[in-house]
Amino acid sequence: MTEENVLTAPRGKDAGADGEPLLRVSGLTKHFPVKGGFPIRRTVGAVQAVDGIDLTVHAGESFGLVGESGCGKSTTGRLITRLLEPTSGSIAYRGRDIGHATRKQLAPIRSEIQMIFQDPYSSLNPRQTVGKIISGPMEINDINPEGGREKRVRELLEIVGLNPEHFNRFPHEFSGGQRQRIGVARALALEPKLIVADEPVSALDVSIQAQVVNLLQKVQRELGIAFVFIAHDLAVVRHFSQRVAVMYLGKIIEVGDRDSIYTRPRHPYTHALLSAVPEVNLADDDSGGRERIRLAGDVPSPISPPSGCRFRTRCWKAQDRCGTEEPPLVRIPGNREGHLTACHFPEEPTIEARDEDIVLDPALAALEEGQAE
Amino acid sequence: MTTLTKEAGAPHPAGAGPLLAVRDLYVSFRTEDGVVRAVDGLSFDLERGRTLGIVGESGSGKSVTNLTILGLHNPVFTTVDGEILLDGRELTTARESELERLRGNKVAMIFQDPLTALSPYYTVGRQIAEPYMKHTGAAKKEAWQRAVDMLGKVGIPNPRERAKDYPHQFSGGMRQRAMIAMALVCDPDLLIADEPTTALDVTVQAQILDLLKDLQQEFGSGIIFITHDLGVIADMADDIMVMYAGGAVERGTTDEVLRAPRHPYTWGLLNSMPRLDSDLGAPLSPIPGTPPSLLNPPSGCRFHPRCTFQDRVEGAGRCVRERPLLAPDRSSACHLTEDQKRTIFLEEIKPGLG
Repeated sequence: MTEENVLTAPRGKDAGADGEPLLRVSGLTKHFPVKGGFPIRRTVGAVQAVDGIDLTVHAGESFGLVGESGCGKSTTGRLITRLLEPTSGSIAYRGRDIGHATRKQLAPIRSEIQMIFQDPYSSLNPRQTVGKIISGPMEINDINPEGGREKRVRELLEIVGLNPEHFNRFPHEFSGGQRQRIGVARALALEPKLIVADEPVSALDVSIQAQVVNLLQKVQRELGIAFVFIAHDLAVVRHFSQRVAVMYLGKIIEVGDRDSIYTRPRHPYTHALLSAVPEVNLADDDSGGRERIRLAGDVPSPISPPSGCRFRTRCWKAQDRCGTEEPPLVRIPGNREGHLTACHFPEEPTIEARDEDIVLDPALAALEEGQAE
Repeated sequence: MTTLTKEAGAPHPAGAGPLLAVRDLYVSFRTEDGVVRAVDGLSFDLERGRTLGIVGESGSGKSVTNLTILGLHNPVFTTVDGEILLDGRELTTARESELERLRGNKVAMIFQDPLTALSPYYTVGRQIAEPYMKHTGAAKKEAWQRAVDMLGKVGIPNPRERAKDYPHQFSGGMRQRAMIAMALVCDPDLLIADEPTTALDVTVQAQILDLLKDLQQEFGSGIIFITHDLGVIADMADDIMVMYAGGAVERGTTDEVLRAPRHPYTWGLLNSMPRLDSDLGAPLSPIPGTPPSLLNPPSGCRFHPRCTFQDRVEGAGRCVRERPLLAPDRSSACHLTEDQKRTIFLEEIKPGLG
């Protein structure tokens, strides 16, 4: 699996002209109806999976989307690729709103926005050969590359580090990491400008994850493809993305460049999330301690999210104002350019250990109190 | 034979020797494709009140080892060879009825996926009370009260009412808490936690890990903690055993293994894992290749097809011919000399870790 292949797709052609972002999402909302009642099932509520988010992705940039399960990050990915239709809001791809475009209107754009899925086992058709899987998008879009589709498939296999001779094999003959490479090759087949990668490495073993992350990074840099990288692993997102957005219960609560989010976070939830990541401390002494924040309970249901700020039910800084007034996503004093936070009472921009740990979990607090005595 | 702790052999009330001793354990399964040698000559000890972290990728044999300790393997297709001594009692040859008395009582297990591990038909309270009634002979009412107490202890709000709920009415984090309550209800000596937080979100994972640590202090159980996440192990374990392709490749205390690892596979794991403070300029350095098939494991050192250091071993082809052994105490199963291991880590691996 050589990593030194020369990639052949056109680079930077008509991408990112005059600063217009490749993708501009505004007020994006997706509510899934909840049916109930008998004998006639009526809509009794809605899962507010994504609730009015704004984001921009520039050409050639890698944009990370992190959050815990149920925060709406995957739904956002599916909306951007238009596998789902938004309830409201707009998705402007190169200045054109594709939020409610019909199949026909979407057809020319589909080839430019591709997706890489989480599960390399269920996202490849077991009855098709690798060659068929990768050339499928070309067939559908009636694209006949120079030298034929088979030649292109071989090229793609080589780019993703698989043996080009294996194009006649079936998915079951490959390991998990190799399958994910096939998924990457399929996404690259149409020379896309934007790839939405939904947890592309979380199903893989640790030693294999790094191989696929490196491959995606190589593809992103050398082909200049913009990525929306969705993952729950904060370290992987940090490694891959230049800008990062943190989601909680269908909202973006903080967005900014990588450095701002990981070293100068302002939103209490971002603090809690970063402090919860289990880390190997490789320093020879125990210096450089991080803050310790232990939240109570789980994420509330997106069917009836809390009023005002959605994080307030688990936040140690919540006050009356948080319940009545939803904090806007703005650049608060002390933030760098482009670093937006949605919080009324932001935290200090540091992740150093605090004088006192924040332990909100009642069982933990009780046990630790007992042991301290 | 081998001990993981420095203060091994200290006398304790319930008899001499470690709480759990596994000696030369071999486990293989007959499958349609051939014999899978899932565990291949494994030995380790666990002292009372300590936590042993077992790290490895899928297929490294870490889960099979622990299912074998509990006797949960299917005896029809499985061949077990070796010794598993719990408090001096041999488990591999024990009768089913004897194992039944141990399970849930002296040895308890926390599974990865609490939704499939809990029965959907019974209330959470009843599922926690049942092993308590069975093992202590307590009356129904007393056992129910114990279940409510345990739920309160693991942080379920309003435990008296929530004990009457069914598992589907609990959130993921609460289900895992209920599993922990069930595992601890009989105050077990040994708790086996098989990837207990892999299915949970990070903020909930942090709560559960801290809860387990705090409860261990209170209950004093020995814990075997299985995971693939080095960050989690660094947080939880006193001692670490790294497994690869059915065998242990390195062991020592957590500090030793993570700060001065001596096996190329451990180096590879540390190298391939991005951290929140790692250097961003360089690409990750993955371990080349893929884990081997256990149907047909590589000869000699199991790791040699993926190892980039084998040409430095004295004697050409030694890694292919001869399987390195894991010596007692702090050690790694690798043909490199101790000096080589130390210098390679300090000069070539550590700088890359940022």
